[in-house]
Order: sequence, then C-alpha cells, then structure tokens
Amino acid sequence: MADLEAPQSKTRDLDKLLLRAGNLVGPDFYPGAELRDDIRDYVRILVVGAGGLGCELLKDLALSGFRNLDVIDMDRIEVTNLNRQFLFRQILLLEDVGKPKAEVAAKRVMERVSGVEIVPHFSRIEDKELEFYNDFNIIALGLDSIEARRYINGVACGFLEYDEDDTPRRETIKPMVDGGTEGFKGHARVIVPGVTPCFECTIWLFPPQVKFPLCTLAETPRNAAHCIEYAHLIKWHEVHGGKSFDPDEPDHMKWVYDEAIKRAELFGIPGVTYSFTQGVVKNIIPAIASTNAIISAACALETLKIVSGCSKTLANYLTYNGGEGLHTKVTEFVRDQDCLVCGPGILIELDTSITLQKFIDMLEEHPKLLLSKASVKHGKDSLYMQAPPVLEEMHRPNLSKPLYDLMGRVQKDTVHVFGTALKNEEKQSSLTKLRVVFKGADGVTDMDTAIGA
Amino acid sequence: MLHIVSKIHRKVLLNQQPRERKLRSRERQRFDPNCFDPNSRIMIGLFKVKEKQKEEAKNNNARGASAKKQSAGELRLHKDITELNLPKSCSISFPNGKNDLMNFEVTIKPDDGYYLGGKFVFTFQVSPVYPHEAPKVKCKTKVYHPNIDLEGNVCLNILREDWKPVLNINTVIYGLFHLFTEPNHEDPLNHDAAAVLRDNPKQFEANVKRAMYGGFVGQTSFPRCI
Repeated sequence: MADLEAPQSKTRDLDKLLLRAGNLVGPDFYPGAELRDDIRDYVRILVVGAGGLGCELLKDLALSGFRNLDVIDMDRIEVTNLNRQFLFRQILLLEDVGKPKAEVAAKRVMERVSGVEIVPHFSRIEDKELEFYNDFNIIALGLDSIEARRYINGVACGFLEYDEDDTPRRETIKPMVDGGTEGFKGHARVIVPGVTPCFECTIWLFPPQVKFPLCTLAETPRNAAHCIEYAHLIKWHEVHGGKSFDPDEPDHMKWVYDEAIKRAELFGIPGVTYSFTQGVVKNIIPAIASTNAIISAACALETLKIVSGCSKTLANYLTYNGGEGLHTKVTEFVRDQDCLVCGPGILIELDTSITLQKFIDMLEEHPKLLLSKASVKHGKDSLYMQAPPVLEEMHRPNLSKPLYDLMGRVQKDTVHVFGTALKNEEKQSSLTKLRVVFKGADGVTDMDTAIGA
Repeated sequence: MLHIVSKIHRKVLLNQQPRERKLRSRERQRFDPNCFDPNSRIMIGLFKVKEKQKEEAKNNNARGASAKKQSAGELRLHKDITELNLPKSCSISFPNGKNDLMNFEVTIKPDDGYYLGGKFVFTFQVSPVYPHEAPKVKCKTKVYHPNIDLEGNVCLNILREDWKPVLNINTVIYGLFHLFTEPNHEDPLNHDAAAVLRDNPKQFEANVKRAMYGGFVGQTSFPRCI
C-alpha cells in the first residue's frame, strides 16, 4: 500500500489523527487541515525540565506538530545524564558537559526538526514572573521533586477563576500534563484545574520519606546507608561547623564518602561505595531511558489530545511498572472540593470601605462559614493572626484599615481564613479559601470574553 | 501502593452523587463529562482572542490576580501557629517578624525534673513541603542531655521516622518539652550522658546542674543557661 512515487508527507501520521473523524473524538471535533495548522502556528507549550523526561518531551512534542515550545531548566549537564538524556553528547567535537541543559536541548531539537522554535530558559521556575506561565496553553512537567510540582501546580491553579455559580471559567483553565519516573516505574497524569484533581488534591497519597532515627545513625548503625547518613548529617556539622553541605561539590561528597568508609570499617558493615554514597545523599534512584521514553510519550500524546480534541483524554492518572513484566493502569481520581489550591472557595462580595475588623466579624455571621476567631491570610501576607499573643500584637494595627487597601486595591482576589467553625453543632478547626470581590472598585468590570465560535 | 490507591478511590467514589444517565452507553464513550475535551475550534479560537485580550488588558490594567505566590504549606503552618496551645513553660518568638513565619524559635523552661530552672532555645525551620516533611529542629543552647548532642541535633522520633502530616508544631513542641522532663538513655545521641544517666542518676543530676550553671563536664564546657 505504500506509495513509492510521491514523497511521504511529514505530517502523514498526524494527519490520520487530525484530518479525519473517529469514534473516540471530542464532542465538537472538526477535523481538517486548519486544525493542524492552527496547532502548529498558535499553540504554545512550556516544557518544565530538560532532563530525562524533558529531552524526550521536547522531541515528542516537536515531532507531534507543535512549533512553539519553551523549555526551562536550572541545571547544567553532567556525565551521569548522558545515558538517557540523549540530546546531550560528550564525544569528539561535542562537549556538552557543564553547559545549561535547557539551551543545549533546545538547540539540538531545532537542528533536527525543521520549523520548530524552542526558547530555552536557564533559570529556576520560582524566578519567573507569574505572567510568564500564563502565556502558555499547556504546561508539560518533567520534574523530579514534590516541591517543584507543588509550586507549578500552585501557579497554574492560581490562574483559575470561577464565576458566581462556582463553575470554572473556561478561558482561565491552564491544563498541565505531569510525568514522573523512578527506575522501572513511572506515572503520567492530566491536571485540568477546576475539572480534574490538582496536585494538591492528591498530595496526601504520597507515602512518607524514609528517614533514619538520629540515634540509630549515632549509636547503632546496621547498614551502609546508616554510615553514609551519619557522615552526611552528623559528622559533617561536627567538623565543618557552619558551612552548609553541597551535594554537587565533589570535595564535599568525597569527604562524606571517606567518613562513611571509616564508620563502616569501625562497625564492620560492607557496601559503602562512592556511587552508593551519592545515591543516598542525593536521594538518587538509577534512571532508565525506556521508562522516560514511555512516560513522556504518554504525556506528549495527552497534550496533543487536549489541544485538538482528537481523542478521549486520559482520565486522569496513569501508572506504569516495568519492573517485573509490564503493568499499567489508569485511575480516575476525584477532586477535593475543599482543596485550598484549586477549589472554588466561598464567594464573598464586599464594599471597598469595609475594615479588616468588620470583615472578621462578618465571617462569624456568614451562613456558610460560621467562623469565629478568624485569622486572615492574603497570598504571602498574613493580615491578621488571633494567636500567639506576640504575633497578634504585630498584626493589630491592620484591624482598623480597609480590607481593600490591605489587599493591594485589586478588584478581586483569593483570601484564606482559619479559625473555629461550627459544623454539625460541633466546633472544629477550619481552613477555608474565599473568593473576595469588591463592588464599586475602580477599573473596568470583568471582561466577559465573548468567544466568537 | 496501587492497591491502596484503588481502595481509596472506591471509597471516594461511593460518596459522590451518581451522575445523570442521560447519554446512552455508546455516546458516553465519546463524551465523558469528567474528561476535559474542549471544543477544539473554541480552544484554538481562544488563542487568537487571548492575544487581543492581552493588548486590551495592557491598556486598561484590569488585572485581578495577585502577583504574590503563597504555598499551601505556608497556609497550613499559619493555621498551626494560630492554634498553638503551649504550656506556660514554652514560648515562641519570630526573629524575622511576621513576614517570615517559616523560621522561628521556641524557648523551653522545664518546670520539673533534672533540668528545672534552665532555659533552652530551639530553632525551627519549616520547609515549603510542610506538612509532608517534618520541620527541622535544632537546639541552639549547648546542653548536657542524652538525646541532644553537642551540635544541637535532637533525637526525637516524630522529627524523623515517625513524622506524619497529621502532626503539627504543637506536637513537636510537646515532644521537645518531654525530652527535658523525661530524658531517656535508650535513644542516645550523647553516649556519655546516656551512660551516666543509666548507671549513676545522682551523678547525672550533678552533671546537668554543673552544665546549666556554666561549668565543665568532663572535657566539655557549657554556657550558663539558668
């Protein structure tokens, strides 16, 4: 069936998904070349991380017809990356070790896929303005820590706005596709703020990290990891005083390794090697190229599906385990309606003249809240704290100021309140999210986007 | 872990309201309201509209969203702090003022036991992943104690292997207080102190007093803290 005479179109496979109807397509999927070209010209995707998953994601997305990509990563290339982060080379004339991952990755993919534009960002995700993240249509995550995922989740869900009947406003939804791998295992999930559970909704499912008791490390070590952690956590501070330990500094790591060896010899414990030391101190699990390839393929495919509607999207959490045979399962997690990050919270409309004290009194009467002794927090600022006395005193001057001023004179924003609430006639400690909207504030009233579709 | 997850999932689903069965099974396969299947045309259309919006917004400056990022960890910490219920012997202070609640100090003055009368200061460093990670606690005061070493490391199970997100700052402070009223020679960080406590409690009592008054115990000198 292969057409040997006419040259194969580069978009041959993509066309099969985008140019024709099917049984699993979204509700208003309009197949056609315009869809394919719109994806190419208008869609902007951000890839967070240019490591194991990031390299694969950039390749997959570029080859899936996306032309406007950005990649952000704060690290430099190391020798241990080269077994799977295939965009990086250290051979003959190519000396990538030491260069920023984001820049080299972008360069290599642009060399191989014609037409794609990748803008690298060699910086920490926390250093970028919030507006930076708002420019993208989908954020694809190839991160390696809970902390980083929590941060991006907070940013993306921060863009989410609700209207008066607590339904999410479509145009403020910023979907994320999150992938993670560890040895033979991996996961891929779709996070659509306001629709699917966000990262915070399901964060309680993480098992606690393995932490050894300090006294075991100090008195009764039994295995190589104990010896290494002793050197890392206890001996380091004894000898080096105030200097903080830097796992990326080879001298520091070597020192820890030498001390761990001494400790192991003292207690007759085998198994301390330099690479194991690195693994324990940095919490490294050996990475496998194929796991990364599988998970990022799932993520890239979900990105394409969300953007085009060409097929039913993953709902919403895929786990993969290739350790013994191959197992994969999709679970549909459910949102936490009270989620502090992505939940609607309770809508409160206020006059700009209301003082913080009056606001706190109002919360006690509010039928949905019945919150007494409330403390109020707006973003990073705590506006009022009921306790302990030393903090209450520091915050007291705020009580007489208008809430509108304390919140920076914005027309609407999120505020968190905590105190004692009366639920089912029982007093319970409560932490709630509120959507505060000021009536009569200066500035243009909400622009209701009239989508001309 | 997979098994646990699907158990929880089933439990959560049972509490959900049943969805309206308006669609027939074949159609349900094509449109599942729980999946985000945006109208592709509208989605693409949005991109073009968004560009126009941004231009207009720049002129009108009608931004509502806050530029400052707060984390769920900080929220939970603030709540824990307002709910502190400390005994009279414990007090809390915020050296960096009210804008940095992630780093604070707790002072403990034991009202009983070997350490009666002493004043001990602990530094708390709360991570952004709180409460999924325990706060980092170190003892700023040099103390002669079987469970606290000379660098200030504290051996308290809930700070490491027994930490659970359901615990909070209050429970940690109670745990620290307990260390002074009931020092324990079975989980030693200071091997010598533990041995003395176990073999010769009278000597231990004397050593503790000497250390608190600013004297020497063996080769080590302690600053006065009483």
